Amino acid sequence: MEDVNNLWIKRNYEKCSGCRRCEIACSLHHEGKIWPEASRVRVFMFVPGVEIPHLCFQCEDYPCVEACPEEVLSIDDHTGAVITDKSKCTACGTCINACPGSVPHLHPQDGYIVICDLCGGKPKCTAACQEGKWETLILLEGQDAETEKASTKTPKELAYEIARKLLGEKATEEVYEW
Amino acid sequence: MVNGYAGKFLEINLTYKKVEEITFSDKILQDYIGGRGLGVKILWNRLGKKWEMIDPLGPENILLMLTGPLTGYFLGARICVTGKSPQGNGIIGSTVAGEFGVELKCAGYDGIIFTGKAEKPNYVFICDDHIEIKDASHIWGKNGRESMRYLVKDSINDIKKIHPNYGQFKEPSVLYIGPAGENKSRVAAVEAKYAHAAGYGGYGGVMGSKNLKAVVVKGFGSLPDVIDQDKMLELSQEFSNNCFKIEFFRRWGTGSGGYTFGADSSSEPVRNWQEEWHDEKSYKGEEFDKLWVKKYWGDYGCPVTCLKLGVLRDGKYAGAICDNPDYELEAFLGTNLGIFSPEQNIYLSYVIEELGFCGIQGGAILGFTGELFQRGILSKEDLGGINLEWGNVDAFAELARKIAFREGIGDILAEGIYRAALKLEETKKSEVLKYAVQLKGMAIGAHGIRSGEDMVTTTSIGYSVSVQAGDHTSSASLPIDGDGSELYSILSDSGIYCFFTTFTLEFDQIASFYQAVTGWELTKESWFSENGLRILQLQRTVSLLGGPDAEWRSKQDDTLPSRFWEPLPSGPHKGESIDKNAFEKLKSEYYTAVGWNEKGVPTSEILRKLDLEDVELKLKKEGLL
Repeated sequence: MEDVNNLWIKRNYEKCSGCRRCEIACSLHHEGKIWPEASRVRVFMFVPGVEIPHLCFQCEDYPCVEACPEEVLSIDDHTGAVITDKSKCTACGTCINACPGSVPHLHPQDGYIVICDLCGGKPKCTAACQEGKWETLILLEGQDAETEKASTKTPKELAYEIARKLLGEKATEEVYEW
Repeated sequence: MVNGYAGKFLEINLTYKKVEEITFSDKILQDYIGGRGLGVKILWNRLGKKWEMIDPLGPENILLMLTGPLTGYFLGARICVTGKSPQGNGIIGSTVAGEFGVELKCAGYDGIIFTGKAEKPNYVFICDDHIEIKDASHIWGKNGRESMRYLVKDSINDIKKIHPNYGQFKEPSVLYIGPAGENKSRVAAVEAKYAHAAGYGGYGGVMGSKNLKAVVVKGFGSLPDVIDQDKMLELSQEFSNNCFKIEFFRRWGTGSGGYTFGADSSSEPVRNWQEEWHDEKSYKGEEFDKLWVKKYWGDYGCPVTCLKLGVLRDGKYAGAICDNPDYELEAFLGTNLGIFSPEQNIYLSYVIEELGFCGIQGGAILGFTGELFQRGILSKEDLGGINLEWGNVDAFAELARKIAFREGIGDILAEGIYRAALKLEETKKSEVLKYAVQLKGMAIGAHGIRSGEDMVTTTSIGYSVSVQAGDHTSSASLPIDGDGSELYSILSDSGIYCFFTTFTLEFDQIASFYQAVTGWELTKESWFSENGLRILQLQRTVSLLGGPDAEWRSKQDDTLPSRFWEPLPSGPHKGESIDKNAFEKLKSEYYTAVGWNEKGVPTSEILRKLDLEDVELKLKKEGLL
């Protein structure tokens, strides 16, 4: 594997069923439990019917990695995922503020930063999504990952975008303002 | 602590704004599980002795929101809302899908017990162990989704104060009522998301009577530990694989039923059940399909995702959004009002959700009023100028608004078809009750029984002997340990999970899952002869006791809506009817099978066998036994 950033999870938000089985699979893998807030992929629902599965976008310049003052974050050479060294994390929140997509968050119990690590190359969320034929989270590799990569957005920005597509112009009034 | 349970319940006294944590013994949890079963136990223990005196809409009633040990683990999460029902005056285990139950368990609670009545409109905000009873006067009177937007926004700000450095967290879950609930309508629902509703039972009105607008919950914790996670996950995968194959439901949900239950099985209500057959091709699934967002849609953990999102993007009703509508709403807010346009059906479903009605109970009162208008019993003047002709969707929407706000005739109709019919018989000096297609105070589900072809209610006694009367998701049948048994409904409503994920499962498979979560053995013998049957007896008992404004104490109340005794008037099943003798015979067989005497009252023998001596005493005291 010579490419850096050679894995990426494509998101077809319009197809998301809101079943949150990606969250379940993720937290079982990382935490050994079903734990919605500790999941590295979290489904946001700013309006019912417009569910946004949200996880790291692997930005070109990795502003979170750049910003971290404690060298907690690094980039996995193989997958391109952001890897966290929780033993060094002071929960200072710098990476949270640096992320243009509101992706990183603290572990709800232990207080260190959690970010999707692509499960080391075999993401559980995409498998859970594919088995039910929802086709919302799709694992791409190599060239496909590079060409399909989307820019980083917050769940709220995405909710507006998808609500406009699914519900029409008038219906974006439905999106929760928060 | 028992595996699968968070281990504690919240008890909130709204009168004194007092919040405390309570627990139940392992024995109670094992016997009554959670959800409907546990709700029945709590209500019986606290209100049983004076059941017939308790006003369901008074501060003395208790409102429960209960999960079960399988909530969040078993496929398709739901929560049970219950209390003394202002419709049936017994207990209805009313369930609603969504994330609320999961959030509640992640916050550390298996359920919430509300007592008393808040002085002013309030809502309850729960973020883990941070619990606040907050002012809701700024959202009182607002429609469903506007209420929800306010509640979520305010709650997010509150959560930010608790977790200022966390980063972005997921939104909280909300159970709320609309104006119909606020105004104590007996046909109001407790709602979640959009049309997700705990509809049967009228608990929206109970929330309103307690000045409780909503409950907002956010949990940062995990679901509780289970005893054998590997086994649970193995079963979960196996059950999911079965569900992935249910292509029919995945494509349509129940939303093709608006046509097929009429055209194919002659069991769909049309114009207040004057007919049960129609062949309106405008109402086919393909026509609804054009107005649905084409994707699978569902709730937490669901492998089936049978919901659809109905959206009107242009035309007169642009901006209307609702769930599906599913079959029940296609019937009660469509065919039963003479509406055969998917567009109008989606619009009316949206109106009903916004106002906070149960689509079935609220739809039924609209259809009932439509027939009184057709027959000239109610005039345009009586209806405040509404020309309530069949198919006039704007007229039905306006009537719904009047009912929600109790304007004019709406004040009577907000009481539901049974009570409205009694009242109108008085004032109109005319026979009205026979047009109310109801049993024991509840409008029955959109599944007729005369053709014998309905897929849901397959036996003539299904509604009559059910402990939840008209509830089509809890109809009864024989044998009591067979596929259509009400004891299966009690199990899924107590677990609690969506029974749409269990169609391919045998009892033993569900029992294995239950055991993997709790460590407790569940056998057919223990459920169908003891624990499940005990819950059934308690529900039957409170249904018999009823009160204070209505009671169903005689065997004659285990009947059918009067219209159902007449032959079907149209369609391929024209002329078919229920044979009264066969019906009575089946009823007697059912009584015997569940341990009821010839009057339909649980016998001393069965009550003692199930350790329900206090029930026996109460029934004797009331002269029922």
